[in-house]
Amino acid sequence: MTDLNSESRFIPDTLVKPWRTAVFSWPTLLFVVAVVLFIVNSFASPYFLSPWSLSDATFNFTEKALIALAMALLIISGEIDLSVASIIALASTMMGLALQFGVGTPGLVLIGIVTGIICGIFNGFLVTKLGLPSIVVTIGTMSFFRGISFIVLGDQAFKGYPPSFSFFGQGYIWWVVSFEFVLFLLCAFAYYLLLHRTNFGRHVFAIGNNPVAARFSGIRVERVKFILFCLTGLMSGVAAVLLTSRLASTRPSIALGWELDAVTMVVLGGVSILGGAGTIQGVVIAAFIMGLVTFGLGLLNIPGIVMSIFIGALLIFVIALPIVFRKVKERRA
Amino acid sequence: MNSHVSQEPKIALSGISKSFPGVRALHQVSLELYPGQVTALIGENGAGKSTLVKTMTGIYQPDEGEIRVGGNTVTLPSPHDAFQAGITAIHQETVLFDELSVAENIFIGHAPKSRFGMIDWRRMQERATTLLEDIGAAHISPETRLKDLGIANKHLVAVARALSINAEIVIMDEPTAALSHKEIDDLFELVELLKSQGKAILFISHKFDEIYRIADRYTVFRDGEMVGKGLLSEISQDEIVKMMVGRSVDQVFPKTEVTAGEEVLKVSGYSHPTEFADIGFSLRKGEILGFYGLVGAGRSEIMQALFGITKPSKGAVRVDGEVAVIRSPAEAIEKGIVYVPEDRGKQGAVIGLPIFQNVTLPSLKATSKNGFLRLAEEYRLAREYSERLDLRAASLDQDVGNLSGGNQQKVVIAKWLATKPKVIILDEPTKGIDIGSKAAVHEFMSELAGQGLAVIMVSSELPEIMGMSDRIIVMREGRIVSEVENNEDLKAEVLVRAAAGIGEEA
Repeated sequence: MTDLNSESRFIPDTLVKPWRTAVFSWPTLLFVVAVVLFIVNSFASPYFLSPWSLSDATFNFTEKALIALAMALLIISGEIDLSVASIIALASTMMGLALQFGVGTPGLVLIGIVTGIICGIFNGFLVTKLGLPSIVVTIGTMSFFRGISFIVLGDQAFKGYPPSFSFFGQGYIWWVVSFEFVLFLLCAFAYYLLLHRTNFGRHVFAIGNNPVAARFSGIRVERVKFILFCLTGLMSGVAAVLLTSRLASTRPSIALGWELDAVTMVVLGGVSILGGAGTIQGVVIAAFIMGLVTFGLGLLNIPGIVMSIFIGALLIFVIALPIVFRKVKERRA
Repeated sequence: MNSHVSQEPKIALSGISKSFPGVRALHQVSLELYPGQVTALIGENGAGKSTLVKTMTGIYQPDEGEIRVGGNTVTLPSPHDAFQAGITAIHQETVLFDELSVAENIFIGHAPKSRFGMIDWRRMQERATTLLEDIGAAHISPETRLKDLGIANKHLVAVARALSINAEIVIMDEPTAALSHKEIDDLFELVELLKSQGKAILFISHKFDEIYRIADRYTVFRDGEMVGKGLLSEISQDEIVKMMVGRSVDQVFPKTEVTAGEEVLKVSGYSHPTEFADIGFSLRKGEILGFYGLVGAGRSEIMQALFGITKPSKGAVRVDGEVAVIRSPAEAIEKGIVYVPEDRGKQGAVIGLPIFQNVTLPSLKATSKNGFLRLAEEYRLAREYSERLDLRAASLDQDVGNLSGGNQQKVVIAKWLATKPKVIILDEPTKGIDIGSKAAVHEFMSELAGQGLAVIMVSSELPEIMGMSDRIIVMREGRIVSEVENNEDLKAEVLVRAAAGIGEEA
C-alpha cells in the first residue's frame, strides 16, 4: 500500500517448530523432575510402588492442587489470594455448624461450597470494586475468616459427620482410584480448557501482561478479576468439603498454612509470580512433584519440618535452574 | 569563552558492535561528542540509537569496539561505572524516583554526608536549591515529591542531577517528546547553558526543527550502522532524510479528496469537572477531523471520555443519530468507536502477548466459537490486517514488545480495524515513530477515510494536522476555540494563534 514498498511482505504464523517448544518447555522439565523423583522413591522404599501406596500418595496433594488450579489463573492475572486456607476453615466450620442442626450430606456439601464462593465474592468485591491491592485484602481476610472459625469453635471440634459424607474424602470410584483424584483430574482438564482454550483465558493473560492496555482493548478487567476470586473461593469450598470429609472433623486450625503450599505449586508449575505467563499443565505436574516428595519422605519416616525444608529447596532449585543455564550460556556466547 | 570548543572529542566510540539473538543491533558504529557542542543522533526507530545509548550508560556491553573518555580507553560494566565516568542520560520517561523528594532525587547515590556518615539533610537542601537556581528552576522546591511534578519539571530535576555529579557527557533521549512549546523553549535554554559550561551533549529527537535549532553536529544511523556524520551547517534536511531512510521519502501528505457522507457521531454539551467544558462537534463518514492544541488542552481527555475511560459530567453523544451511553471501552467498541492511544507501550499494545493475539484481542467474539478460541481464525484475521498495514515482523507469534515503535503502532491500529469500527480516534498517531512508518500510517488513514470510516486525529504537529485533516478543531484550556475547514487558504499561524490564545483581546 505504500509507494516505497509496493508489495507487502509475507509474515509466517510462526518460526518456532512445535516439537521444539514442547521439548524445551517448563512442563517438560518438571516432568523429568517428577520421573526422577518417582524412580528415587521406588528405590528408597520397597512399599512405594504398590498401587495402594501410590493411591494414598495422591491424598497428599489433591485438595491443595484443586486450589492451585484456580490460584494459577489468579496469579497469571496479576492478583493473589492468600486467604484460601482460611476459607477452608470457615467453610468447614459452617458445615460443622449446619451439622449441629441436623443438615444431611447434600446440604453440607452445598453449604461448604457456597461459603467458599461467598468468601471469594467478598475478596473480589474488596479488590475490584474498592481497588485495594489483593495481597493486602487477602492477608486481612486470611485472619478474618479463620478468626470467625476460632470464635465459633474455640478449642472445640465438630465431629460426627454422617457416614455418607465420608465418600468425598475417603471414597473410591474404582479399585484404588479415589473420588478426590478423579475430581482433581476433571477439574485440571476444565481449568486447562478455561485458561488455554477460551476467550476468558486469553483475557486473563492479557490482563496479567498489561491491565491498562487490556482495559483499552475493551476487556472488562474488573469483571474478569472478580470471577477469578469467585473461582478461587469456589475451589477452596470444594477443598473444604473434601478435607472435612477425609478428616471427619472440623477444628479451627484445619488446613493451616495451605495457602503457601498452593502458591508454591503454582510458582513451581512455572506461573510467573508477576503475572502474565504460566500453564495449567505445569501446575498439575508441580502438584504431582509435591505429592511425590512429601510421600517419599514420609515413607522414609522423615519428619514434617524436614519436608518443608525440602520443598523450599526444591522450589528455589527449580526456579534457579533455567536462570543458571541461561547465565552459563551467556558467558559462553 | 570559546576555549572549550576544542577539536578533541570528550567521548569517542569506535568500532562498536552489539548483537542480540537473531538481531544485529549495532555494527561497527562510531560516535564522537565534543565539549561545548550538541551532537544530534538521527535515525529511524530500530536504527540502533537506544542500543547505543544503553552501551554508553553501562546497561549493555558491546560485543566489540572501544570507548574512550577524555583520551583514555574505558569499560563500562555497569551503570555505576558510566556514572563515575561522568556520563548521564535524560530519558524520554526520565528514570527517577517518584516517591522521593526533588533533593533526594538529585543526590541519590552521592548525598552529602555529615561527620558520622549520616546524610547531611540541610546541606543537601541547600545544594539542591543552588543547583535548581543555576538552571533557572528556582520555582521547584527541593522538598517537593517528584511525583507531584510535571514531565518538564522532572527533566529539570534530571538536569540538576547531571550537574550535581559533574557529568561531562549528557545524553538527552527524546527529551521534548511530552513537552509543550514553552517547556521546550525552557529546555533549550538549559541546553545552551550546558553547552556554555563545556559539556558534551548527545541529543536524540525525531523532530528536525529541534535538531536544527539546537544541534551543532549530526550523526546518522541506519539499520545499526553509522551512515554519516558532520556539521549540521553543511548539510540540508533533505540530505539527512535520504541518509536516514536510504531512499527518498515523499514528504507530501497522501490526503485524498473524499466527499463526506452522513453524520456518524454527534457530541454536544460534553463536559468534565476539570478537563473540558461544553464540547460540541459532529463527524461524518469519510471525514478526517483534526484536533489541534497545545499539550494539556484537554483533547486526549475528550477522546478518552468518548471511549469510556473517563467519565464526563454531562453532555450527549449520538452515534448514527441514536443516543449512545458509553461507560466503558467495551461499550464504546460495541457502538463502533475505537481509540488508538498516545501511550503505545502502556495503553496500546499488550507487551508480552504475541502479535496475532494483540490484533484479535477485541475481536475474540468473532474469531471464537461458543467462547472457545479458534487459533486458525485468529491467525487469518491477524494476517489480513497485518498485510493491509504492511507490518514488518518475523512471525505473527512474535512478542509485540520486540517490534519497533512504528510497527507496534501498526499492530494497535490493526487491532481496531479488525473490529470494523465506525469511528476511529487516533491520538498523536505518529508521535515518536520513524519516517517510514509515519508515511504508512498517514497513507492508511487516508485510505480508511476513503472507505467511509470517520476519523478523528489528535495531533500537536502542525504539518500533520494541516496535511491530513478535512476540518480542524482548535482547543485551548479545555474548550473549543476555533473550528475551520481545511483548504489552501488556511494559514498555519491562524491555528497557532488560536491554540495559544494570542491576539484575542485586540
